[in-house]
Amino acid sequence: MTAVERHNYDVVVVGAGGAGLRAAIEARGQGLRTAVICKSLFGKAHTVMAEGGIAASMGNSNPHDNWQTHFRDTLRGGKFLNQWRMAELHAQEAPERVWELETWGALFDRTKDGRIAQRNFGGHEYARLAHVGDRTGLELIRTLQQRIVALQQEDFADAGDFEARLRVFQECTVTRVLKDGERVAGVFGYERESGRFFVIEAPAVVLATGGIGKSFKVTSNSWEYTGDGHALALLAGAPLINMEFVQFHPTGMVWPPSVKGILVTEGVRGDGGVLRNSDGKRFMFDYVPEVFKDKYATSEEEADGWYADPDTHRRPPELLPRDEVARAINSEVKAGRGSPHGGVFLDIASRLPAQEIQRRLPSMHHQFRELADVDITAEPMEVGPTCHYVMGGVDVDPDTAAAGGVPGLFAAGEVAGGMHGSNRLGGNSLSDLLVFGRRAGLHAARYAQALTASQRPAVADAQVDAAAAEALRPFSAEPAEGTDGAAPAAVGAAGGAAGGAAGGAAGGAAGGAGGAVAPPENPYTLHQELQQTMNDLVGIIRKEQEMEEALTRLADLRTRSRRAGVEGHRQFNPGWHLAIDLRNMLLVSECVARAALERTESRGGHTRDDHPQMDRRWRGVNLVCELASPPDQLAAQDPAAGQITLRRRDMPPIRADLLDLFEKDELRKYLTDEELGQ
Amino acid sequence: MSYTGHFRVWRGDAEGGELKDFEVEVNEGEVVLDVIHRLQATQAHDLAVRWNCKAGKCGSCSAEVNGRPRLMCMTRMSVFAEDETVTVTPMRAFPVLRDLVTDVSFNYAKAREIPSFVPPPGLAPGEYRMAQQDVGRSQEFRKCIECFLCQDTCHVVRDHEENKPDFAGPRFLMRIAELDMHPLDAAAETGLDRARTAQDVHGLGYCNITKCCTEVCPEQIHITDNALIPMKERTADRKYDPLVWLGDRIFRRDK
Repeated sequence: MTAVERHNYDVVVVGAGGAGLRAAIEARGQGLRTAVICKSLFGKAHTVMAEGGIAASMGNSNPHDNWQTHFRDTLRGGKFLNQWRMAELHAQEAPERVWELETWGALFDRTKDGRIAQRNFGGHEYARLAHVGDRTGLELIRTLQQRIVALQQEDFADAGDFEARLRVFQECTVTRVLKDGERVAGVFGYERESGRFFVIEAPAVVLATGGIGKSFKVTSNSWEYTGDGHALALLAGAPLINMEFVQFHPTGMVWPPSVKGILVTEGVRGDGGVLRNSDGKRFMFDYVPEVFKDKYATSEEEADGWYADPDTHRRPPELLPRDEVARAINSEVKAGRGSPHGGVFLDIASRLPAQEIQRRLPSMHHQFRELADVDITAEPMEVGPTCHYVMGGVDVDPDTAAAGGVPGLFAAGEVAGGMHGSNRLGGNSLSDLLVFGRRAGLHAARYAQALTASQRPAVADAQVDAAAAEALRPFSAEPAEGTDGAAPAAVGAAGGAAGGAAGGAAGGAAGGAGGAVAPPENPYTLHQELQQTMNDLVGIIRKEQEMEEALTRLADLRTRSRRAGVEGHRQFNPGWHLAIDLRNMLLVSECVARAALERTESRGGHTRDDHPQMDRRWRGVNLVCELASPPDQLAAQDPAAGQITLRRRDMPPIRADLLDLFEKDELRKYLTDEELGQ
Repeated sequence: MSYTGHFRVWRGDAEGGELKDFEVEVNEGEVVLDVIHRLQATQAHDLAVRWNCKAGKCGSCSAEVNGRPRLMCMTRMSVFAEDETVTVTPMRAFPVLRDLVTDVSFNYAKAREIPSFVPPPGLAPGEYRMAQQDVGRSQEFRKCIECFLCQDTCHVVRDHEENKPDFAGPRFLMRIAELDMHPLDAAAETGLDRARTAQDVHGLGYCNITKCCTEVCPEQIHITDNALIPMKERTADRKYDPLVWLGDRIFRRDK
């Protein structure tokens, strides 16, 4: 049996971004002992990168706004593939969640009469985003972090212990959700600092791990975004949906190479910035799709009038949903009208006074000055699409955030699927985190509360041993076929408990050609190849042949990743961490590639060169990914079989009163005649 | 465009360590963190370094570059001559865990010692009204990304471990100022004088306004001028103002 540190909590939250912290606050608020686990330091989660704002129909900037309008915009943005009940709850509850932040000390930018100011963003009919300059995510994470500290201070006053009911396990990574039969029993993970393993026994686990962007080469996402929660859910037996929908944010930095992909906030366009090609033309007027024709301006004059008078002007096409803008930029660059470094120009300098740009967009000003030697108050930025967000995720119950098929497992935020349909609107992510983070925390707490002591699940030692063996494998990387019994290929100075026994025992077939001893694989090289594969073959524009090629390469990478070896010991060893994360990235990448190959239409964050039209018959279909073969089994090495099975599932019909919020003519663009008849 | 740069990186752990020399490729437009990552990928897979956003927003990759506290992701290689040796060491004020990673738990302990925001009684969520010019003062301090470079550089604790228990450091003294200037914070109504506790409990008096913290702040927050000095002035006024002194005596009598 593996000796590991064991803890016992009622609710474990995996991830300490917006959704995770909000879930933890709620679970602790219900009186339950709650643990939060995060890969980084507390307060560094990827949520800090969010810039533009939190979408909530508070009606401060435009009194016409209400939840129905927000709901409508969300469905339009997602091309009606959204889980409509989630979109409804989200639109209804977002304002409360934002106001609540103020009671915890958040300081948003203000309107003239002292209320929370709201800014324009792509796809939102009204100015709707609560913000703090262009660092809204930092404000959100800091407010939630400080709320957690406030709760810990209460517990200290009550019990003399800051961590009596709410503890943050910093710099820890969860590698497995543990189960007792069908039910969740806890989590297994390691401390980055020491490399020691730990188990937290808990009847309820909330996944709030964010996204998968690190599987792509050009991305706005940080190293943490390796699809951990997606993979943990799959491995625990929960399905994922909508994995074919990956959002490429239209405006990432393109130069210098080392910052390629870093986000340039949509707030630049919300505040008046325009996109131009190398001819100086505002090209977005040429890219307004049929479904949005009557809602966007057709001339520069009309578009420019909208900022001051939105009631009698139509919106500038720069503020189309992100998928549309990203495709347009891609087309301009392909047509040879790009900027010198392969993007297009984003111009705010000629649109606002320098002082105003510095006030509204201080981070962007700083970022370009420091990293690219560009003064955005004087010259245009060069921007291009960057992998930003995955719409797909754990298939959850819309009201409770409970994952399908695994009692005790919950998911919220980017790791959950459905809410955003095929494409997320800017600003809807931060509100999603708050609304569904709270719901996940609440329902996880209720689920745990309902269990009597004798009903609580137990963690079996065998599961802990298996998880430990899996995590240690990179220290004794498997030799290639035909080298049975040969010494482990990598330096095996694993150190600590249970080092040696684990790796070699992991049976299975590696795919090397017979005879020769294959050297251990460098996990960094494998990661780079994976990123290149996904970027080139399952990127912003997709083709059948390329995706088939991607599946073949993924199978090869899976085989080679079994030989990913690392040097050194377990104490803060990034090579080891990456070797473990590769399992997750390979799993989610296969989900993306398989689902994208299956969906023969273009919609939102899924564009098929060979099926360029949106097809109404696909509107009501979710593609469901499930684990077919564990990573260490033979079929996983076969490109045709792989680790994932895919099935189609019809979505529940949209409730009639929600459909009534739209004009019949608009619905005809999305729904089949059959659906309209009902 | 590319050249071979000479790096010296501190490698070791709590037991000890040393500077190791590396010859490594450097490309146009890169920052120090890019080069550290290249070392990891090609020469030292187990080189420990914290980082997240790589855009100066999360405050994870703090270290000392040629002796100066800096974010590695915001330190351009172009500021060094091609033949210059770039020395990267962990933050000095905190115990080393491994290589460039330090134990920053001091900061999280200090964060817990600062009393939290007190919401104004009688105002429901959604009823808060504040003027932009009033929130602007605290907003400047809320730009803090908690890189802890100010804590690292502050001479009160940089080489004086013995001062750590009594001194919150610039970041958390600034946090007190932020709450003190929050237009709706109701701490005073509960009997908490934030500025005074900064002086009496959190070690504001140790600060002799050398502005080292302000100089290293990657967010260019005016920590000394806008947060620490106003708080010092307020507590000094209160301490030495005879009317305040008298008032304190009178109103405290019935408590």
